[in-house]
Amino acid sequence: MGELRLMKGNEALAEAAIRAGCDGYFGYPITPQSEVIEYLMAEKPYDRTGMVVLQAESEVASINMLYGGGATGKKVMTSSSSPGISLMQEGLSYIAGAEIPCVVANVVRGGPGLGDIQPAQSDYFQSVKGGGHGDYRLIVLAPSSVQEMSDFVPLAFDLSFKYRNPAMIVTDGLIGQMMEKVELFDPVPRLTDEEIKEKYPWATNGKPKGKERRIITSLDLDPHRQEEHNWHLQAKYQRIEEDEVRYEMLQCDDADYIIVAYGSSARIAQKSIQLAKAEGIKVGLLRPITLWPFPKKPIHELVEKGIKGFLSVEMSAGQMVEDVKLEVGGQTKVEHFGRYGGVIHSPEEVLEALKKQIIGE
Amino acid sequence: MAELTVQDIIKPENLVYKKTKLMTDKALSYCPGCGHGTAHRIIMEVLEELDKEHETIGVAPVGCSVLAYEFMNVDMQQAAHGRAPALATAIKRLWPDKMVFTYQGDGDLAAIGTSETIHVCNRGEQIVIIFINNGIYGMTGGQMAPTTLPGMKTSTSPYGRDVHMMGNPLKMTELIAHLPGTFFVSRQAVHTPSAVRKAKRAVRKAFDNQINKKPGVSFIEIVSNCNSGWKMTPLDSNVWMEENMFPYYELGDIKVDGKIVDKD
Amino acid sequence: MTEEIIIAGFGGQGVLSMGKILAYSGIMQDQEVSWLPSYGPEMRGGTANVTVIVSDEKISSPTLTKYDTAIILNQQSMDKFEETVKPGGVLLYDPNGISQHPTRTDIKIHKIEGAKLAAEMGNTKIFNMVVLGAYLKIKPIVKLDNVIKGLKKSLPERYHKLIPLNEDAITMGMKNVLNN
Repeated sequence: MGELRLMKGNEALAEAAIRAGCDGYFGYPITPQSEVIEYLMAEKPYDRTGMVVLQAESEVASINMLYGGGATGKKVMTSSSSPGISLMQEGLSYIAGAEIPCVVANVVRGGPGLGDIQPAQSDYFQSVKGGGHGDYRLIVLAPSSVQEMSDFVPLAFDLSFKYRNPAMIVTDGLIGQMMEKVELFDPVPRLTDEEIKEKYPWATNGKPKGKERRIITSLDLDPHRQEEHNWHLQAKYQRIEEDEVRYEMLQCDDADYIIVAYGSSARIAQKSIQLAKAEGIKVGLLRPITLWPFPKKPIHELVEKGIKGFLSVEMSAGQMVEDVKLEVGGQTKVEHFGRYGGVIHSPEEVLEALKKQIIGE
Repeated sequence: MAELTVQDIIKPENLVYKKTKLMTDKALSYCPGCGHGTAHRIIMEVLEELDKEHETIGVAPVGCSVLAYEFMNVDMQQAAHGRAPALATAIKRLWPDKMVFTYQGDGDLAAIGTSETIHVCNRGEQIVIIFINNGIYGMTGGQMAPTTLPGMKTSTSPYGRDVHMMGNPLKMTELIAHLPGTFFVSRQAVHTPSAVRKAKRAVRKAFDNQINKKPGVSFIEIVSNCNSGWKMTPLDSNVWMEENMFPYYELGDIKVDGKIVDKD
Repeated sequence: MTEEIIIAGFGGQGVLSMGKILAYSGIMQDQEVSWLPSYGPEMRGGTANVTVIVSDEKISSPTLTKYDTAIILNQQSMDKFEETVKPGGVLLYDPNGISQHPTRTDIKIHKIEGAKLAAEMGNTKIFNMVVLGAYLKIKPIVKLDNVIKGLKKSLPERYHKLIPLNEDAITMGMKNVLNN
């Protein structure tokens, strides 16, 4: 059993980065995720593992540091919260286009604009539909506990390097600020420079003797070649959709109704399901763990089983519900419920919404 | 005496100049008469002379030299507009023994990338920055740059740059020279053989500083012409540059070994 | 067993650290815990509250509207949280600074003179430990030795010399909790 600690989600994310053999963290403070860089600066990972930690001048610089560092084959990471993540969209588009592995964590807060600093899930569209320009996808993981804040860091790095694609951990102020028991995984050593050169021949870390130089770019002015590059990206995204869908199902076997919720909302919905059960209402929870690729198949299967209605619960005005509706395809009722702008819905409110919007009481 | 033929001349013993192997064979995409090609060449010659072919990572900008990676035969990355110093920061921090340089134009370095430029210099990253200043946006078709001279006509200052309306030309190089994080700051040109020799010496010094882990950025501005954007012949553009650009952007070393050069 | 607690008072009263020690104590006896603070500008001098859940099972929602126990340390928090205690639940409060005392009859109400006792012990900083002691007397959800272990885990090494003082404060709280 790994080391047990009581940690904030943000701290667990930071500690997991060190343990996952991350080579460099580049970030900029913003509430409610500043604990990530604060923890790293206090922990001095450059003494522990040789990991670089740098406070950049902006989120724009942070993401471009990831672009530069990731392009050399090193494991690089940043974190921010909604307004800062918006600033990173240009960089993410370049990184996706140039196929650079890296991990970006978004501790979402209420928006739009400067919004507030309370938890929200209103960056779903931005995360899964491509927040920057061009046809690209991020691999998006949504932890719903402090444990997963730790566990998803090495997972995000693995997926990111496996597919040469940026991975995003989308969480929110609730999980970032909350402390829970976390079992820390044993540290993985950082790769040596020689190992990196051997494993990632595409990386630009000095032209190998007797070989061609490497170029990292997202540019190709020839539209036909650019289209071919896009085909290559789309084929990769299809492989990810086939192989990397992750989700969790709770009490779905004999359920009449399904709540679809991720992250904090999934935790809250678990309580709603308990409350419903006490009243004799059979509700199950489908929790997408990968927001992209979205768990389409389990929704199809639930529809097949004759589920009477789906309630998509998110701390937003209704974003993920569009993907649920797409998969349900009009075969049964799909509704959205959620508080937003930084307000968190209570387990009781979710149950009320289920009764009113889905069951029709 | 028999007449010399071309075949008689093309012989190894007659070779006086050879393209560095660190320039690719690809034909340059720059306009004939532009200084970019020469600037590329001297950087690559220096890296070859220093035997750093396998130890260098360059970062190309957005602008005319966006395709610099097509010509520079070392590992290269291409940055988003203005962000090359951020990429270079991470590369150097993660690979501290490698040679890392950025190659940026005036729009990239002195407009959209001002923040990255100032902060890379302020942090004193041990990298080389080559800054090509031709006072105009060449790639996008001759729009006003932060370094466009007062009164100079561009497609976005068609009646000449009015400094009251459009601001003043930005002397980025003087600005960053005053930051403690810069170690060597010099302004050069590549329009004559002697200027090229001087510029190459400055580039050599910049990379020597990086090899010797001197604290801070080595920053070389190269004032260059843009005959297409300035709508002049190459020759006229060089004359115009000497008469107009050089008085405003004075050539020479500005900071050497971490100390501002006393011009008096 | 699942115990859902809200601890609320002024910033600086040690509300968050009391919750943290309680959560750590739960970990020491292999329980599941969650600790969710109110965060943001209100932390700086205003009211602070933290939701702590200690359970034998996996914790579902870390954010709640009803609690098994409310530990209330100022009037604003009394106004806000008295009504959130589940029927049959516990409300523990320090009467110091409270003008509107709790009036509910369907819950168990307890008092602890935390501020006064801490002052008598010569260290107002151990106020929160006195209150914690009172709570643990009413609801012994974690064992005292696990609280001490929790303290050791949550305090930096340089403060470990203060652990005996904290233990005394907890005992003081346990002895002096009053039923309403």
